[in-house]
Amino acid sequence: MLKQTEGSRAVAEAVALCRPEVICAYPISPQTHIVEGLGEMVKSGALANCEFINVESEFAAMSVAIGASAAGARAYTATASQGLLFMAEAVFNASGLGLPIVMTVANRAIGAPINIWNDHTDAMSQRDCGWIQLFAEDNQEALDLHIQAFRLGEELSLPVMVCMDGFILTHAYERVDIPAQAQVDAYLPRYEPRQILDPAEPVTIGAMVGPEAFTEVRYLAHIKQMQALELIPGYAEEFRSVFGRSSGGLLHSYRTEDADTIVVALGSVLGTVKDTVDEMRADGTRIGVLGITCFRPWPHAAVRAALKGAKRVVVIEKSLAVGLGGIVSSNVHNSLAAPSTPVHAVIAGLGGRTITRASLHGAFADAIAGQLESVSFLDLDSAAVDRVLAREREVRRSGPIAEAVLRGMGAPGARIG
Amino acid sequence: MFQTRIHGRGGQGVVTAAEMLSVAAFREGRYAQAFPSFGSERTGAPVVAFCRFDDKTIRLREPIIQPDALIIQDPTLLHQVDVFGGLVPDGYILINTSRSFSELGIGEFVRGFHAEHLCTVPATEFALKHVGRPLPNAALLGGFAAVSGRIALDSVLAAIREKFPAKIAAGNVAAASAAYEYVLGEMREAAHA
Repeated sequence: MLKQTEGSRAVAEAVALCRPEVICAYPISPQTHIVEGLGEMVKSGALANCEFINVESEFAAMSVAIGASAAGARAYTATASQGLLFMAEAVFNASGLGLPIVMTVANRAIGAPINIWNDHTDAMSQRDCGWIQLFAEDNQEALDLHIQAFRLGEELSLPVMVCMDGFILTHAYERVDIPAQAQVDAYLPRYEPRQILDPAEPVTIGAMVGPEAFTEVRYLAHIKQMQALELIPGYAEEFRSVFGRSSGGLLHSYRTEDADTIVVALGSVLGTVKDTVDEMRADGTRIGVLGITCFRPWPHAAVRAALKGAKRVVVIEKSLAVGLGGIVSSNVHNSLAAPSTPVHAVIAGLGGRTITRASLHGAFADAIAGQLESVSFLDLDSAAVDRVLAREREVRRSGPIAEAVLRGMGAPGARIG
Repeated sequence: MFQTRIHGRGGQGVVTAAEMLSVAAFREGRYAQAFPSFGSERTGAPVVAFCRFDDKTIRLREPIIQPDALIIQDPTLLHQVDVFGGLVPDGYILINTSRSFSELGIGEFVRGFHAEHLCTVPATEFALKHVGRPLPNAALLGGFAAVSGRIALDSVLAAIREKFPAKIAAGNVAAASAAYEYVLGEMREAAHA
């Protein structure tokens, strides 16, 4: 059914349609509306046969999800930012144990400095934790990816993180098609665990593994992620046949047929990137877009094929690998058929910084003119940076950096966006 | 695409107004997008919310930099925030106040805009009368339907009923309808002046 609703609400309804049996949650912005919505549905009875467990921390949330999943329940939680970091040890355990938990990460920056706004630093910090990571472009895809995530995770016995941009998607009202229960039931079979804690047939889950077998267990985790690359396109295709729309898959190309320049991005910024590309296409620029939906496992072969014709690649990075530059661009570079193709990492949207068409247009034009550095920062206020650096040169006790930057900027409340 | 920017203060229902406007547009079969300016919400702090609608899917995620319309829920913002920033030359301005543009000290400033696209409406008074609380958002949407002609009053009223529980909705529906009539009256008066 078509609805105009908040992204968080749409995801809550999608998760409920997946018939989860245990939901554990600890509130943190911008994820909170999702679990609030689910909590209301459990309380009202709209979501039956589901236990909603309020826990005392994110570490507990993931630990409860692990216990529930090991006991054979379909388990779900959601978090963001510092919450994801606080549960990190359990996040690795969930994937190491092969438990198909689904978790929404409402992407948000990591402090310090404390910042509640969107970027991808939280999800990127866990990129090698062994979870499948899917990134939603809009709220329809966020909703749809949750349904696909349960299917994929349970088939492989691997946990899946569905990443959606905090605030930009979670708090946006837009049109979504909420599927019927019968459609979700037709697509998502009952959970048949590969492993289960059953008193009638006792097993150990979580044995200590020494040097003799650790590599093999880790290798199998890798193999499973590689299997996801095989399964995801098929599940997306099946999704299309049941629900009548395209969602998910490994990646999506947009106007790349004859493109000299291909822009790579993840998540909600893809919409603004596509509008920018349309403007530049109208001026005769041969530019296209590659949206990465599945970031882990990394779709190496598909990325290589999608970027084959590109003379240059621009990667919009909503996360900064401090001391290196871009994370996604490093992955992209590894997948290029011609490693000499320039790859430009454009660090953008950190801590909620607006990404505008005008700024993107400028960066893409610079790349085409050969004037873009390999790592650049979109809309960086160089004067603000220089002031702080100058002060550091002059004074030994120059003070805390964040406060110094803020002091030089005046009242941010007077600005729009 | 028609883009509306709503300015107000935390606690005045600015974000809810943008959401309701998007629901109203959706009910007319259009694509709509509403989102807040994502500040830490604090009562009284300047808040901005955005609403776009169009006949095709909206992909753009940047804030509304060049609005077609402005709804200003709190006139004390006029000299604190650059509320008029980027407004297109034939843009609409609706301000919640019982005063006129000249009385607000912006008569000169708005002279360059289309006079029939400008209106002030005492939305807080309508809210106090019909809702019993100084929450002007629904009333402003009623007034906005009148001054802009871009959304039907019925769609706005349906969105209000969708957003609020029946009892609160009834008061807000009355406030929005009253503001709609008020603005129509102002516009008729201006046309004859």
